[in-house]
This record gives sequence, structure tokens and C-alpha cells, in this order.
Amino acid sequence: MVDPVLASRLQFALTTIVHIVFPVMSMGLAPFLIYFTWKDIRTEEPIYEQLRRFWTKIFAVSFVVGTVTGIVLEFEFGTNFAAFSTAAGELFGGPLAIEGMMAFMLEATFLGVFVFGRERVSDALYFVSSLAVGVGTWLSAVWILIANSWMQTPRGYELASENGRTVVHLVDPVAAYLNPRFGFMFVHMQNAAVESVALFMAGVAAYFVFRHHVWGYPVEHVSFWEATLKIALVALLITAPLQVLHGDLYARHVYETQPQKFAAMEAVWETESYVPEYIIAVPTDLADLTDPRAKELLGIGIPGGASWLASGGDPTAEITGLNEFESEAPPVAIVFWAFRAMVGMGFWFILLAFWGGYRWLTGDLLEDDLLHKALMASSLLGILAVELGWIVTEVGRQPWVIQGGMRTSEGVSPGLTGAEATLTLAGFVLVYAALLGLYAYVVVRIIRAGPPGRDDLESVSEPTPPSGPEAPAGVTGDD
Amino acid sequence: MTDVGSLAAEPLFGLPLPELWFALLFAMLGTFLFLDGFDFGAGALFATRSDQEERETVLAAIGPFWDGNEVWLVVFGGALFAAFPAVYAALFSRHYLLMFAILGALILRGMAPEMYEQRHDAAWQRWWGRAFVAGSVLAPLLLGAFVGNWVAGSPRSVTLTGALVGATLVALTVVSGTAFLRLKSRGRLRTEIRRYGEGAVVIYLVGVLASLGSLSSALGTGAVTSGPVLALVGLSVGLAVGYVLALRAGRDLLALAASAVLTYGLVAVVALLMYPAIDPASGLTVAEGIVSVLPLNLMSIGAALLLPLVTTYFVVLYSAFSGPAEPSEAY
Repeated sequence: MVDPVLASRLQFALTTIVHIVFPVMSMGLAPFLIYFTWKDIRTEEPIYEQLRRFWTKIFAVSFVVGTVTGIVLEFEFGTNFAAFSTAAGELFGGPLAIEGMMAFMLEATFLGVFVFGRERVSDALYFVSSLAVGVGTWLSAVWILIANSWMQTPRGYELASENGRTVVHLVDPVAAYLNPRFGFMFVHMQNAAVESVALFMAGVAAYFVFRHHVWGYPVEHVSFWEATLKIALVALLITAPLQVLHGDLYARHVYETQPQKFAAMEAVWETESYVPEYIIAVPTDLADLTDPRAKELLGIGIPGGASWLASGGDPTAEITGLNEFESEAPPVAIVFWAFRAMVGMGFWFILLAFWGGYRWLTGDLLEDDLLHKALMASSLLGILAVELGWIVTEVGRQPWVIQGGMRTSEGVSPGLTGAEATLTLAGFVLVYAALLGLYAYVVVRIIRAGPPGRDDLESVSEPTPPSGPEAPAGVTGDD
Repeated sequence: MTDVGSLAAEPLFGLPLPELWFALLFAMLGTFLFLDGFDFGAGALFATRSDQEERETVLAAIGPFWDGNEVWLVVFGGALFAAFPAVYAALFSRHYLLMFAILGALILRGMAPEMYEQRHDAAWQRWWGRAFVAGSVLAPLLLGAFVGNWVAGSPRSVTLTGALVGATLVALTVVSGTAFLRLKSRGRLRTEIRRYGEGAVVIYLVGVLASLGSLSSALGTGAVTSGPVLALVGLSVGLAVGYVLALRAGRDLLALAASAVLTYGLVAVVALLMYPAIDPASGLTVAEGIVSVLPLNLMSIGAALLLPLVTTYFVVLYSAFSGPAEPSEAY
């Protein structure tokens, strides 16, 4: 029997790790879809209608799975973390409620118009619906990240004790909701979503371009895939360098506001200066698995790199070691390796973007098979990097659910039994494995089916007459 | 430090905000149960259709709407969390397994139509069709059980009252689902489903009486026979008659409106039976459970600004897709 605290934490980890895939897809696709819709309406070029219709299908299925997995998260604060919800609801519940009313409502209603309504509404309303859906997905992120960032850098609150329980009171809403972390998280997350989708689009497009131009198989709509590849590359060229530059600022901010998390990211146990940035650090003893830098069997690092990162340019800066903190350290190895893998991939994406851009310039974009293979292999790495980034963020702040204010173990529902929590955890493992499998199945089918053929397009065939006023309800009395 | 001034001192304009939020919460629950209710009802009626084109019409009818409809549940949960955090926490953790069963049913219901349309072989569609029906029936059944246990103050999740309220809610979703599907369909489908709506509305009334009878043991006979409750039950009987007459006259929109009022009436009965408590199991009252003044005022401003906007989104959505759905429009 698993302890209810551990089972609740594992379940929340699992349900967020699975859920975040879908918002990344929908938030990342949003700017592309707005652009495709705009160009489709303005230019009436068939390629934009193909782009819009194809990527809207993937957007729609991502949105549906994102909805059903998102409701789970909102409920889990109450079911599994009732003590946290009771104590912090005053601060934490508001952003979730506003997210529902301001963002989720906007996206979910206009999604209906956007996915099903091209023939039913005017061009202007159709474009507005693409904007509403896109803006809605990003507004969702605003409120969810306001809630999350407050847990990382809590401000504007007071801790009180009422009936023997710790209660959080909101005293300064501006300080609480515009806390210092929010801006860093929002920029990093939204750019990551666009970058991840750009990598996904590029990888899928590279597959068809490769089949056609390298292997010489006939591929239907190859011009569609070529256009997708180029658009994705442009997005990657913009987002990949930004992500690393911005990530550097973000890491420094973590050093300043969550020094314990930063120490875990670098596996610094004792306070020291001139700390190297280890790229690889392998311990000699299995017992040291939580301490990647202990008695290194193998360690490759940039001298002073971690200090340089923390201070923004000073390789001699001091980093406070994990042993200096009163609270126990987070699982260091997970944070240390997740951070490295994420940063490593971030640099790889820049390389990929410049490689593709260079080949485009030299006119070999469609023939460079090594580039195609690299893009195909990297198609899901953007999403993986987002997952790792969130693991650094969330595992790295342990043992705190509210940094410095409340421990995660204190937040779990008091009446929850290990049996109940284990049962639902096991259920989620099964259901979410099935859900991911089905989602992958649907996305692969959409990709295999390809974009709509030219004969199906409105912009090529005769424009369909506008659907006239429908017969009002009740007039066609057929009973 | 931002000066929050009088926002932290007293409720906005001296309004009875705790009571207004209690009412708003049940209005949100009612909106969810009506809007997603007719999606669930359409899902239950899907089981009665064997014709391929009619099944596609059912899916096409709810396709553009259900996601927006279901967000009312998210908004209800968020509002409960924000306005009554202790109630949200106590209620959701008390009915732990029931909450996850509800989530499971909603996942099944949401995924099934998406999957159904993926392949056109018979076995695949048969199984995803069944999954769609199962999710559509289980979701209101379990949600009803949750509401029943909530108002009865039951510490357990599996109770007779819960089962009765659940079954009553399933019947109500078929009532609204019938009216909605008739608005969205033509021909045989539209004609044949009428009898299910008529049967369901009778079952619904019986279910309401049985639920009240079962609740009387927990809440006392006086509570369930109070004037306002009896008035709402009487109103429901009248609405049920009106619903049947409207269906027979082919006035489907009127029938849908009647089922909306029936749904809000049911939720109003629940709220009346509960008040002044908001968590009968622990005896916590609205006045005790409400969040502090500052967040309450902020939430009230947020809701007052946003809910009118949300209403316009729904007006745009439903007017864009007015009139019957075509089977080809499904996904």
C-alpha cells in the first residue's frame, strides 16, 4: 500500500505531465492557425486553406483531450490536496475561477465556430473566432501561471493560524498576482509551446519531404509539406534562440528567488564559489545517485559556469549549498538531470534552426537528408523539453507547495486513505496510457490522410452558395 | 504594498455577497446541468438509433457545442474553490472515488465521438458508440449522486438518495436532450425520439418525488415539504405538462425552454434544502464558509465583468449553428 501523500504526489505528477502535452499543442498551434486563417481569407490561395484545415484538425483533437484532462487537474486540488486548498484557496482559487470564465469559456465556445463553422459564418466572424480561440488558449496560460508562480514566489499574503490550522490570507492582490516569477514563466512557457509545435510541424513535414525528394516516392500534396517545413523553420529560427536567451535570465531569477531550487539544479551541496557548470557528472557509488557530483567517476564541466549563470557573468559568484537550508533537499538527481537535458535540447534546437535556415539559403533544404532525419528525430523533443522544464520547476521546489510557507506533505487531504489514492493512481496509469495512445493514433491518422485535396477546397472549386436562413424550428411539423 | 482600501473592509456596495455567491454557484451548476445535460441526453438517445446517418446527425448536433457547455462545470468548480475554498476541499475529498468516477465518465464521453469518427468499420463504431452512450449516461448519474450526497450531508458516496437523484438527473438529461435533438434534426429521427422525451419527463417527476422522500429521512419531513419546495415541485409538474404539449405541437424550442426551467428548478430545490448550510455534512454555513472580504470583492468584480461576456459567446455560438444539423457536419 502506497502512502496517500506519495500516491497523491505521483498522481498529480502523472496527470499534469500528460495534460501539459495538449495545451502545448493548442497554445503552440494558435499563432499558426490565426496566420493561416488570415492568409486564407485575404489571399484565397489554396495552400493556406489546406494549412488551416489540416492543422485545425490536430488542434481540435488536442483541445478535446486537453479539456478532459484539464478538468481532472482542477478537481485534484480538492480531492487530493484538500488541506492546501482549504488553507490557500483564498489566493489560489480566484485565478482558477477567472481562468474558467475569462479564458476557457472564450476558447471552448469559439472553438465550435472555428472547427465547424467555416461555411456558416462570415469571413470576419470566422477570423474573429480564430483569434478568440488563440487568445483564449494564451489567456488560460496567464491565469494558470499566475496561480503557479505565486506558489514559487509567494507575495502579498499573510500566514495566520485559525482553529489550529494554517491559513493564507490575501493582503495585497497586486503583489500576489503580479509576483516576480509570473513574467518569466509566461514568456518561457509560451515561447516553448510555439517552439515545440514548430519542431513537431518541421519533423512531420520533413518526413514527407524526405520521402519525396530523397527517396523519390510520389507524395501527394508535397507542396503542402514543403510550405509547412518552411513556415515551421521560420518559427523555429525566431523561437529557439529566444528560448535559450530568456532561459538564462529565468535561471538567474531562480537563483535569486529560489536558491534551494537553483542549488538542486546544479547539485551544489556545500556553499562554494567558482562553481563549474557540469555537463556530465557520474557518481562512483550507487548510493550517491541523489548526488550526481559526489566523488565523480566522470565529470565534464565548464569552470565557473554555474556561478556565471547564477550571477549573470561572474564566474566566482557564490552558490549556497543544499546543506545550508533548513528544509530537506528536493530529489537532486531528477532536477539536475532534467535541467541538463532541457538546456542541452535548447541548444540543439538552435543548431537545428540555423542548419535548416542555412540549407534554405543554399537551396538544399529539400535535399539534405541528414537534416530531414535530424528534424524527424526531433519532432517530439520540444514537448519533451517542456516536460523536463516543468519537472525542474515542480520537483525543484520540493518540499514546498508554497515556497517557504507550506510543505507539500501538509497539503494532502487529511481523510484520504492510501488504498483510495493508490486505486485512483493505478486507474490514471491505465486510463492516461490509453488516452495518450488514442491521441497518438488519431494524430497519426490525420497526418497519414494528409491535407484536403485541391478538389475539396472552397478556394478552388466554385464558391458554395451561402447557406440560406434555416427553416425555423417547429415549422417543419413532421409529426 | 498596494492600497486595497475599502475593498478589504466590507463587501462591495454592502451587498449580501455570500448569499449572492451561493445563488450564483447553483446558477452555474444549473447552467452546466442544462447545457451539457442535453449533450448527455443526446448521448443516451444515440443508443436508440441504429441508422448510420441518424447516428451521425446526433454527433453533428452536439459537435460544436459540447466543449463550451462542459466548461460550465470547470467554472462551477473554480467558483466553488474561489468563493468557498473549505467547502470545495471538504466536498471533493470526502467523495474522493465518486469524483474520479465522474471524471472518468466525462473523459469517456468526451473522447468517444472523437474516436467514433476516426474509422468507419462496424466493430470500431459499435464499441465507440457504446462508450459514448455509457459516458453520457454515467456522467449525469454520478453527478446526480454527488449532488444528492452533498445536500443530504452524507459522508458516504454510495447512498440510496444519491442513486435516486442520479437516476432523476439522467431522466432530466433525456428530457432536454430530446427537445434539443428535435431542434437539430428532421424526419424520422425527429419524429421517433418524441416518445423518449415524454417517457423521461414522467420518470423525472417520479424521480423528484422519490428523491425528496428519501431526503426527508436525512433532512426531516418539514424541510422537504416547505412552501417554496412544494411550489417548485408544483411548477415542475406544470412544466412537464407544458413540455409534452410543446413537443406534440412541434414547438421544440419551447420544449427546450421548459426543460431548462425544469433543470434550474431542480437545482433551486437543492439550494433551498441546503441553505443556510453549504456543506450539510459538516454543518458549515454559507456565512462561515465564504472566503475573506478582499478576495470575495475581487471575485465579484471579475464575475460581474466576465459573465456577461461569456453569455455573448454562447449567443454567437448558438446562433451560428441554429437550425438542423447535417450528418456530414459531424467532425
